[in-house]
Amino acid sequence: MMLKIEDLIVSYGGIEALKGVSIEVEEGKIITLVGANGAGKSTTLRSIVGLVKPKSGKIIFEDKNLQNVKTQDLIKMGITLVPEGRRVFPNLSVLENLKLGAFVRKDEANIKSDLEWVYSLFPRLKERTWQLAGTLSGGEQQMLAVGRALMSRPRLMMMDEPSLGLAPLIVKEIFRIIKEVNKKGVTILLIEQNANAALHIADTGYVLETGNIALKGTGKELLSNDDVKKAYLGDSVHL
Amino acid sequence: MTLDVFLQHITNGISLGSLYALIAIGYTMVYGILRLINFAHGDIFMMATYFAFYGVVIFSLPWYFVFVFAIILTGILGIIVEKTAYKTLRDAPKISILISAIGASYLLENLAVVIFGGRPKAFPTPDLFNKVVQVGNISVQRLTFIIPVVTVALLFMLLYLINKTKSGMAMRAVSKDHETARLMGVDVDKTISFTFFIGSMLAAVGGIMWALKFPQIQPLMGVIPGLKCFIAAVIGGIGNVTGAVVGGFILGIGEIMLVALLPSLTGYRDAFAFILLIVILIFKPTGIMGEKISEKV
Ligand SMILES: Nc1ncnc2c1ncn2[C@@H]1O[C@H](COP(=O)(O)OP(=O)(O)OP(=O)(O)O)[C@@H](O)[C@H]1O
Ligand SMILES: [Mg+2]
Repeated sequence: MMLKIEDLIVSYGGIEALKGVSIEVEEGKIITLVGANGAGKSTTLRSIVGLVKPKSGKIIFEDKNLQNVKTQDLIKMGITLVPEGRRVFPNLSVLENLKLGAFVRKDEANIKSDLEWVYSLFPRLKERTWQLAGTLSGGEQQMLAVGRALMSRPRLMMMDEPSLGLAPLIVKEIFRIIKEVNKKGVTILLIEQNANAALHIADTGYVLETGNIALKGTGKELLSNDDVKKAYLGDSVHL
Repeated sequence: MTLDVFLQHITNGISLGSLYALIAIGYTMVYGILRLINFAHGDIFMMATYFAFYGVVIFSLPWYFVFVFAIILTGILGIIVEKTAYKTLRDAPKISILISAIGASYLLENLAVVIFGGRPKAFPTPDLFNKVVQVGNISVQRLTFIIPVVTVALLFMLLYLINKTKSGMAMRAVSKDHETARLMGVDVDKTISFTFFIGSMLAAVGGIMWALKFPQIQPLMGVIPGLKCFIAAVIGGIGNVTGAVVGGFILGIGEIMLVALLPSLTGYRDAFAFILLIVILIFKPTGIMGEKISEKV
């Protein structure tokens, strides 16, 4: 197992956001974690990267306990996070944002070829190399956030709601790229509210409900599960 | 006022403005990266002059050697202040850090009184700087030319560092988002220390040149220049390095010209900075070069 989360409990000032979550991420796969607003999806990811300190539980990455690993050292281990809300650096150009993704790398030649690869995945970014990231559209910012993460040559890429607030066409594009990146051997841990899209590309899915894992199964199984259908796959909202 | 006299005043104003600019940069850099007003900055400026004083007077080393040494020492002092007074409170409420900043300022001032003594000391100015140069009909101390040249050279080096190097890119990233910078592998604590190091060294250069120009040093000498340079940083648009320099020049030239044109207002010289601050805050609260990038959520 590449990443193993065991019985993770996180509380914010007395209120438990995670009440014992266990997740396994197998190398080379796409794993997705779906759930409603406030279920604890972001909290799970933020615990993995050390931005939130869990009360108890274990997070093991390739037999190494991540508890005492600093956030800034994770990228060297091959772990990257595309954070919720994109979080591109608005005062840096597109190119600088991408270079920052490769901040800890020293292999200049490979960085260059990775940059070309990212530009080929997102031709829109190439056109906007010198533009300040703060002036990009929401969709372009999401592409930049994904591209920036790829620039670290991750082995595990975690993504927090990459489809949030994007038009259907761009969502499709992002999911296509997630699959393409995964085919290159990058393991994906994808968090989504768009359960339909996420379960379609996932090998394994987990359903998180108010701090507990309610269901686990292959993407296909969950897509045809009645509870999941009712709670997460219902038609779009009728007004 | 004849043209010659006018030029004489302008040269003095530029020279004073340069000194303000060098100190203002430190305020703006620290604010940019921590959203904190480093109240101890004026006192760090004062400490630099004492380091240089003792190097020359007690150890009687050559001035150029002493100045370089004092500048580096001041940079290290900046890091020490950051590590003790600010880093320990990184997650504390803003008001606690502000109080800690004021405390650090008083601590340095009083340490200076205890260690160096409260009585002013005469700063030794090497003859090289004092020589008077005659340009047309105006005669200027050589130092008056040296100060702006040094300032502009340092400004360009700083802009290069911030905009063209990897450390500079890390500084700009940290100034917007500590968490995400960490996710990229940037050592945020180191980057912050580095910022204090650079800002304090620039204040040291300003301090030493200040002491060469006004060769009397005392433990509270950093208070008023510190306050004025903070104002200069706000006028220029706090967080913006070029803005701090522009603010410094406006303040320096404005102050000298006020005294020159309206000698009866000489007593209000220090008030000029505050009046300018109020005017700017009313008409352009973000300062002259204050940034306004729309951030999409
Ligand atoms: N810093 C915080 N302080 C206090 N409570 C928090 C904090 N962060 C999250 N929470 C709470 O923890 C719970 C889980 O939040 P989390 O952000 O993990 O949800 P999520 O599943 O990512 O939701 P969304 O889909 O809306 O992003 C929520 O009830 C939230 O209010
Ligand atoms: Mg979330």
